[in-house]
Amino acid sequence: MMAEIGLTHYLVVAAILFALGVAGVLYRRNAVGMLIGIELILNAANVNLIAFARYADRGVGVPGVNGSAGLEGQVFAIFVIILAACEAAIGLAICINIFNKFGSIDADRADTMRG
Amino acid sequence: MSYETLSFYMLSALAVCAAAVATFSRSIVNAAFGLLFSLAAVAGLYVLLRADFVAVTQVVVYVGGIVVLLLFGVLLTNRRLEDLSAFAHRPRAVAIILGLAVLTVLLSMVLGASWPQAEVAQLEGTTRPIGYLLLQDYLLPFEFSSLTLLIALVGAAYLVRSQERDE
Amino acid sequence: MGLIEQGLLIILLPLAGFFLVGLFGRKLPRQGDWLATGLVGASLALAVKTFVQVTLQHDPFAGARTSGPWLRFAPAEALSIGIMVDNLTASMLVVVGVVSFLVHLYSMGYMHGDPKYVRFYTVLQLFTASMFGLVLSDNLLTLYVSWELMGLSSYLLIGHYFEKPSAAWACLKAFMTTRVGDVLMFVGILILFLHVGSLRFADIFAAVADGRLAGSAQMWAGLLLFGGAMGKSAQFPLHIWLPDAMEGPTPVSALIHAATMVAAGVYLMARTYLLLSAETFLVVAYVGGFTAIFAASIGLVMDDIKKVLAYSTVSQLGYMMLGLGVGGFVVTGYTAGVYHLTTHAFFKAGLFLGAGSIIHAVHTQSLAQMGGLRRKMPVTFITFLIATLALTGLWPLSGFYSKDAIIASAIEFALRHPEHLALPIFAVLAAAMTAFYMFRLVFLAFFGDPRDAHAHSHAHESPLVMTFPLLVLAALSLPPVGGGHGNWFWIGNPVPLRGEVAQRYGVATAEQGQAKVSTEHGQPVLTTEGGVAHGEHPAADDPARRAHTMAIGASVTVLLIGFVLAWLIYIRRVVDPRALACRFAPIHRLLVNKYYIDEIVQAGVIRPVMALCRLVARADLWIVDGLVNLTALVTRAIAWVTGRADSHVVDGVVNGVADSAMTAGKALGRLQTGQVGTYLTGGVVGVVMLAGFVFWVLAR
Repeated sequence: MMAEIGLTHYLVVAAILFALGVAGVLYRRNAVGMLIGIELILNAANVNLIAFARYADRGVGVPGVNGSAGLEGQVFAIFVIILAACEAAIGLAICINIFNKFGSIDADRADTMRG
Repeated sequence: MSYETLSFYMLSALAVCAAAVATFSRSIVNAAFGLLFSLAAVAGLYVLLRADFVAVTQVVVYVGGIVVLLLFGVLLTNRRLEDLSAFAHRPRAVAIILGLAVLTVLLSMVLGASWPQAEVAQLEGTTRPIGYLLLQDYLLPFEFSSLTLLIALVGAAYLVRSQERDE
Repeated sequence: MGLIEQGLLIILLPLAGFFLVGLFGRKLPRQGDWLATGLVGASLALAVKTFVQVTLQHDPFAGARTSGPWLRFAPAEALSIGIMVDNLTASMLVVVGVVSFLVHLYSMGYMHGDPKYVRFYTVLQLFTASMFGLVLSDNLLTLYVSWELMGLSSYLLIGHYFEKPSAAWACLKAFMTTRVGDVLMFVGILILFLHVGSLRFADIFAAVADGRLAGSAQMWAGLLLFGGAMGKSAQFPLHIWLPDAMEGPTPVSALIHAATMVAAGVYLMARTYLLLSAETFLVVAYVGGFTAIFAASIGLVMDDIKKVLAYSTVSQLGYMMLGLGVGGFVVTGYTAGVYHLTTHAFFKAGLFLGAGSIIHAVHTQSLAQMGGLRRKMPVTFITFLIATLALTGLWPLSGFYSKDAIIASAIEFALRHPEHLALPIFAVLAAAMTAFYMFRLVFLAFFGDPRDAHAHSHAHESPLVMTFPLLVLAALSLPPVGGGHGNWFWIGNPVPLRGEVAQRYGVATAEQGQAKVSTEHGQPVLTTEGGVAHGEHPAADDPARRAHTMAIGASVTVLLIGFVLAWLIYIRRVVDPRALACRFAPIHRLLVNKYYIDEIVQAGVIRPVMALCRLVARADLWIVDGLVNLTALVTRAIAWVTGRADSHVVDGVVNGVADSAMTAGKALGRLQTGQVGTYLTGGVVGVVMLAGFVFWVLAR
């Protein structure tokens, strides 16, 4: 098992990255730090998509291009990257907004919604 | 041990270690650099998975764009660099315990299931077929994602600008 | 660009104008009147192009048609939607386009400074679009939709000055009266759908051809469609709305209530010509003939300049119906009716716009306050005179040819069937009256001494934007438009004419003695030239030729009689009109009161309906209200009992629940820390627990 790299290996790496991302989001009070965690989570998901695309035994792909089955997974990963870019831009704008309003980017200090 | 296996373990180790730095480093700047290396290593994993186009996109968009953006964010919002390390965090134990819980759940799922082992046929390059897919089968989502990017851009600019006007 | 696309564009341009001017008119420079006018101008250009491509080919089978399914009820039954361009359509397009464009132009001057300028142009655009839609429809359903849209725009435009109670009532009256006809027409459409299963003209005509639509169904369908035409084209007894419709602005009267919308009924009859049965044709002819003479007689005594023209319009529409009616038996009649529609549209629009020019100048509509305007308003005078001469049928103006063709057809019909002698008599008498009231109008308005010095001194010629349409319309009635060559107007739908329909109609006319249907390439062609069939050399005693000669003689005679009488009375003043009125007081009173038709309708229709309403209201008051009151009483009694129970039992429970909710809310509110971290932690714990539950408990 160790010699032959298979789908499971990639999934395990992705799971570790995902767990680290979740821990990061929970650990940081810094809004930018939380964003970093979110990026890790998204990347873990992308690793999964690409790995499945590599090992999928079904898929349509591009008609006429041999071996293109499963490329849909890569296309999905591209969409995830696009949305991650959107999310980073908006997230940083929100961070700067929070900083301007509360004098810090400590996410827990922005507690206007406290009940 | 083939080169491929070796590369996999090295890249995975780099990705995980850098991610750990990104998660638990006391300095936010170090965390951003940890993320950078982690993402670069993941791009390497993509190459191993024969996703060359996505790997390049990963480097260009994430490493070149998003991480730089994050660093800008860090520097913009922490004007005194000496304060950077003195950041309040939430309890580390809670984060680690919950992270391990998530990991347990995920690993039990990954290892408990049976996955297809057959690799799909090799490709000369993925760029051309991905191009076909994006401009034929996925044209509508593609166009919508470009629209979303535009809206996000305008929205981000608006969010930052309107605040400065208030001051 | 094919004919179909062209036709579609002709409809869409004014429709776009309707939305643009309606939504943004107030923000546009000059309130968007140039936009509306320009769009109609573009439509007009396309219409002229269509006309040249279709009608001027002198090919009865030119044109194009397309349709597709619209609504599907069952596999076999579908309502289609489509566009049809043929000779009839092309001629109507030009008529509507020219008059509408000129009226748009004219209104820039006439409506200048009106507070509801934008509304006026918006509705004018809607009207133009729906009229184009009407003539381009290839089926009865879209025709009906356009028909009702025209009714709506007519309603809105008659009521343009809705602050005036008379205008508000007039638009209501117009809408309600035409509605009577519209309901009849809708029933006719339903009958057709029931028997044919489609509303496309082609399918309906094919059904007539193969005998699926015959007998009483065919007759009733035709009669009911004619009911709709009677309402729209103001035929007796549904004519009462048209004179009141003159409450609208004068350009609207010219466009809608003289040239185009009221001609829609005539168009409908021409379009559905192939499905009408012999009985229907007779009804059409008699109603048309009677309306012609009836309305003309009222026109003799009206004092309001627009009312005179309105009754004249009713009368001329009667003429057209008469032509179409006898057209069922004498082929020239059909051509004559449609031809008269075209010529009448131009000169009557010219008359109305001229009248508008006068009203604009002297600020009164009463003939009694005009006079001597000839020198003050030379352009208006000349163009008005030309249009008048065309209407009275002076050679070589356009009205001469069309009116003469109708009279000739009526005479020919009577020559073949002496029992229908009344029809040509109606036509000739109405022509005499037309000559009299039109010259009376001209003499009273333009000649003699000014009867109202104040109005006369302020009178002035209208600006160019108003006189230009007058000049164009006068020019269009100057040369014989169509040259008296009826074969411009072999109209109809060539395709369904093939086969049995042709035979049926060939047989039907042959039975009358003289078939005018000559068959070329297996398709019937109705070619007429001055009432004589193309390529034939009729004998001297041919009824058609005799009728033609008699018609010319009769119309010239009555024109002269009418002119001389008017001249004697109003210029030479041989007889004082007032003395004449006194001498024939009963007749005069009858005419001035428009034969008391309005009063008869009031007594015979409106009052019974109102009485019924009052009866129902009273029933309501006593029976229904009584029941309601009783129910209320019982409810109150029950309510009292439950109210007591409420205040003691239920309120206690409710208060208890509310109190505990308040306490719980305060306690739970503390959980809402407002801190993202807390929420995230909670969220992750939840996800882990849920996933663990699913994969370790449920999956095992």
